[in-house]
Amino acid sequence: MLKVDGLSVLFRHRHGATTAVEDVSLDVARGEIHGLVGESGAGKSTIGAAVMGLLPAAGEITSGALTLGDTDLRALSPVEAHRLRGKRISMIFQDPQTSLNPLMTVEAQLVETLLAHEDISVDEARARAIALLDEIGIADAATRIRAWPHQFSGGMRQRVVIALALCTNPELIIADEPTTALDVAVQAQVLDLIRRLATKRGVGFILITHDIGVIAQVSDRVTVLRGGRVVEQGPTPRVLGQPGQPYTKALMAAVPPLDRRLDRFRLPRVEGEREVPGSADAAREAEDWLMAGTGTGPGPALEMSDVTVRFRGERRGIFGARENFTALDTVSLSVRPGTVMGLVGESGSGKSTLAKVVAALVRPAEGEMRLDGAVLPPMGARRRSDPSRRIVQMVFQDPYSSLNSRHRVIDILGEPLWLYGLERDAGRRARLARAMLALVGLDATAAERHPHQFSGGQRQRIAVARALLSRPGLLLCDEPTSALDVSIQAQILNLLKDLQARFGLTTLFISHDLAVVRQMSEDIAVLKDGRLVETGPSETFFAGPAAQYSRDLLAQTPAVRFGMEAG
Amino acid sequence: MPERGRLARLMRSEGVWLFSRSPAAILAAIVTVLIVAGALMAPWIAPTNPYDLASFSLFDGLLPPAWEEGGDPRFLLGTDDQGRDMLSAILYGARLSLSIAAMAMAVALVLGVGLGLAAGYLGGRFDAVVMRIADVQLALPAILTALLIDGISRGLLPRDLHDDLRIAVITLAIALSLWVNFARTARASVFVERQKDYVQAAIMMGQHPLRIMARHILPNIVGPLLVIATVDLASAILLEATLSFLGVGLPADSPSLGTLIRIGMQYLLSGEWWILWMPTVFLVVLVVAINLLGDFLRDLFNPSLR
Repeated sequence: MLKVDGLSVLFRHRHGATTAVEDVSLDVARGEIHGLVGESGAGKSTIGAAVMGLLPAAGEITSGALTLGDTDLRALSPVEAHRLRGKRISMIFQDPQTSLNPLMTVEAQLVETLLAHEDISVDEARARAIALLDEIGIADAATRIRAWPHQFSGGMRQRVVIALALCTNPELIIADEPTTALDVAVQAQVLDLIRRLATKRGVGFILITHDIGVIAQVSDRVTVLRGGRVVEQGPTPRVLGQPGQPYTKALMAAVPPLDRRLDRFRLPRVEGEREVPGSADAAREAEDWLMAGTGTGPGPALEMSDVTVRFRGERRGIFGARENFTALDTVSLSVRPGTVMGLVGESGSGKSTLAKVVAALVRPAEGEMRLDGAVLPPMGARRRSDPSRRIVQMVFQDPYSSLNSRHRVIDILGEPLWLYGLERDAGRRARLARAMLALVGLDATAAERHPHQFSGGQRQRIAVARALLSRPGLLLCDEPTSALDVSIQAQILNLLKDLQARFGLTTLFISHDLAVVRQMSEDIAVLKDGRLVETGPSETFFAGPAAQYSRDLLAQTPAVRFGMEAG
Repeated sequence: MPERGRLARLMRSEGVWLFSRSPAAILAAIVTVLIVAGALMAPWIAPTNPYDLASFSLFDGLLPPAWEEGGDPRFLLGTDDQGRDMLSAILYGARLSLSIAAMAMAVALVLGVGLGLAAGYLGGRFDAVVMRIADVQLALPAILTALLIDGISRGLLPRDLHDDLRIAVITLAIALSLWVNFARTARASVFVERQKDYVQAAIMMGQHPLRIMARHILPNIVGPLLVIATVDLASAILLEATLSFLGVGLPADSPSLGTLIRIGMQYLLSGEWWILWMPTVFLVVLVVAINLLGDFLRDLFNPSLR
C-alpha cells in the first residue's frame, strides 16, 4: 500500500547541510504494523514527516519515491497534499496532553474533524463519534464524549487522539512514539488497541519508537535504523529472533532485563566502538577532591517518619470548603547509609513529591525527617545556610530545563563550589569544574559552551556533575533517564552506578521502570496514591512481592521476550 | 576548536544571520542609526544653533525648503517666521525628544522589571499590591498622569525651580505610564521560569532570592522585555510629542519635536507647510523605524513566529 523507495532527506542550515535519511526503502501493507526503531538521531521521525509531506522548511527530499496506493506523494500540489493528510494518512503524536485542544470537548473535536472531511449532518457525525469512542474502548461513550480533555487520564486521552486519527477511515496512520509519555500499564492497553485496529480495520501503521520492547510486542515488520540508514529490515519475529546485524543484537541487549540484575547497563554498541570519551588523568583530580571531602565512609542515613503532604485544592463555590489533595499520606521510609533506595509507582503516586520534600522544595504538613540522626528541617524551616543544603542534592527529570540556558557550563558547575565556600579561588574552581566534566565523561571543551549546545544525555551528565560539585552525601534522582533513549539511559545509569559505588553516596532513585530500578537499587519502596505499599530489599521484592499492588505492577511491566536469548 | 573572539561569535550568531535576511529590519536599523546619530551630534553637524537668537535674521524668515522656488541653499528645509533653520531645529528637537524618551524608558525599565521580578518571584501579598497599583496606573491615561505630576510639581516647587525641572517632570510622567508593561511582562515570565527545574535547583541549593532573581531568572526573561523596550521607546517618543504638542510638556524656548509641530500648526493654513510637515514626517519616520526594529526583535525572540 505505502511504498517508500530509496528515500533521502537533506536538511539545510546555516553551517551547511546534513543528510538525515539516506536511501531508505520500506513497504507497509494493509493491516500491517511496521515498526521504525533506532536511537535518537536515527531519522525515524524524519521518515514519518516525509511520508506525511510535513518536513520542516529546511528539509528537502533529494531522491526516492513515495507512493500511497496509486498516488505519487511527491507529485502532489500543496493543496492536494493537504487534502490527503487526514483523509488518507493520519498521525498520532507522542504527547496526548498537547495534541488535543483543551478548550474543546472531546465531542466537539471529533465532530469537527468528521464534518471537515465528510458531508454529513451534525447528528450523524455525533453518532459516528460515539461509535468510534466505543470501538476504541471508552466505556459509556455516549456520556463520556461530553467530557473535556483534562477530565481524561493520559491513556484515555491517547485513545481519543487515536479516535481522531480514525475519523476519516485513513489507509495509513503514522504513530510517532505513541506510548512514550504513558505508564507501562497504559502503554500495553494502547498497543493492544493499535494491534486490534490494524487487524480489524485493515489500517496500515508506521510505528516510530526508540523502545525495541514496543516493537517486539506489537509490530509485524521492523526496520532498524541507525544514523539515517537501514541496518536491518524484515518480519519482526525473524529480525528480533535471529538478528543478522550486530547492531540489532546490541539494541536488544540494551533493554534492561526485569528478571535479573546485571552489573552494568548494556549499551547498544557494536564491539570495538568506544563507550565514553574522557581522560582518566583529568578525572582523577575531581575524584581525589571528592574523596578528600567526603572521606571514604558511606553517605548519611535518611529517615522519614509519617511524612504527609497536602496540596491546597480549589474552593467549591464561594462558600464551599477547599478540597485539599493529599499527595503523601504518612509515609515512613528509611534509606540505609551508602545504599540506593529505588522508589517506584505510577505517575501521580507521589514519587516526585517525596523527593521534593527531602529537597525542601515542598512543605510537608506533618512528619519528621532525619539525616544521620539529626533533624532535617523541612521547607520554610530550612535556612539557606543549613548544612543539609549542600549534603542533599538532586538530579532532575528533565535535563532541558534543569540547567540555566543563559549560563556557560563552567559557570553552572562553579556555582556550588562558590556558594558553599568549598573553593575560594576562582582559578581552582574552574580547574575542578573541568576535572569533574572529565569524571562524568565529557570533553574539557564543554566548559565554555552553553547547555543548548548539548544533547539530552550530555546535559544530564552536566546536571550530575553539578550535583557532585557540592560534595553531596545524599543524591535524589527523580526519573533521571525517562526523557532519554535507551543508549543514553544506559550511559547515565552506568555513570550514576559507578559514582554511587565509588563515593558511597546514599541515593534515592525514582523511576516508573521496574526493570531499571532492579538494576540500580539495593532496597525498593512502592508508592500508590501517596501511600507506601511495600518496602524491603530489592532481591526479595523481585523474587515475590508481598503486596497485591506490587504483584500487579510487576505483572503489568512487559517482560520483553525475543525469539532467542538476547545478547 | 580555535579560540574565537566575541565579535566573531556574534557575527556567526543566529540573530545576525536572520537580520541579514530581513530587508525591513536592515532599512529600519539604518534609518534609526542615522537619526539617532544626527540627533546626538546635533551641536556639531547642524548648520546653525537654533537656541542662539542672535545668529538668525528676520530677513531669512519663512523661507521655503531649498528645492522650492524662492528657497535658499543655506536652509535645506526652510526656515520659520524668525529665520530659524528648520533642519537645525529638528535635529536639536530630536535630540531632546530622544533623550527624554530614553531616560523615561530607562526609569520605566528599572522600576517595572524590578517590581515585576519581585512580584512574580515572591507572589502573595506583595504581588497583589504591586499588581493592583499597576491596574490603577493602567486606568489613567498617560496625559492625565503627566498633567497630575505637572500640577503637583507646580504647586509644590517654586516657579523658577519648576521651569528648570520641566524635563524631569515630563520624563517621570512618561516613565510612570510605561512601567506597567514591563512589570506585567516580567511577572508573567517569572511565573513560567519559576516552575522550571533550574530555578528549583537554585532554590534547593539555598541561593539568595536576590541572586536567583537577578542572575538566574532575569537573563532568561530578557528577550520579551527587550522587545517591549523597543516598542515602548517609540511610544515614549510619541507620548513626549503629544504632551509637548498640548503644551503640558516642554516650553517653547527649548523645542522638542512635539513643540515644533505645535508651532508649525499655526502655519498650516497660511501656505508655509514645511514648518509643520518637516518635523511631523521626521517623527513618523523615526517611530515607524523603531517599531519595525521592535517587530524584528519580537520575531527573533519568539521562534514559533518565524
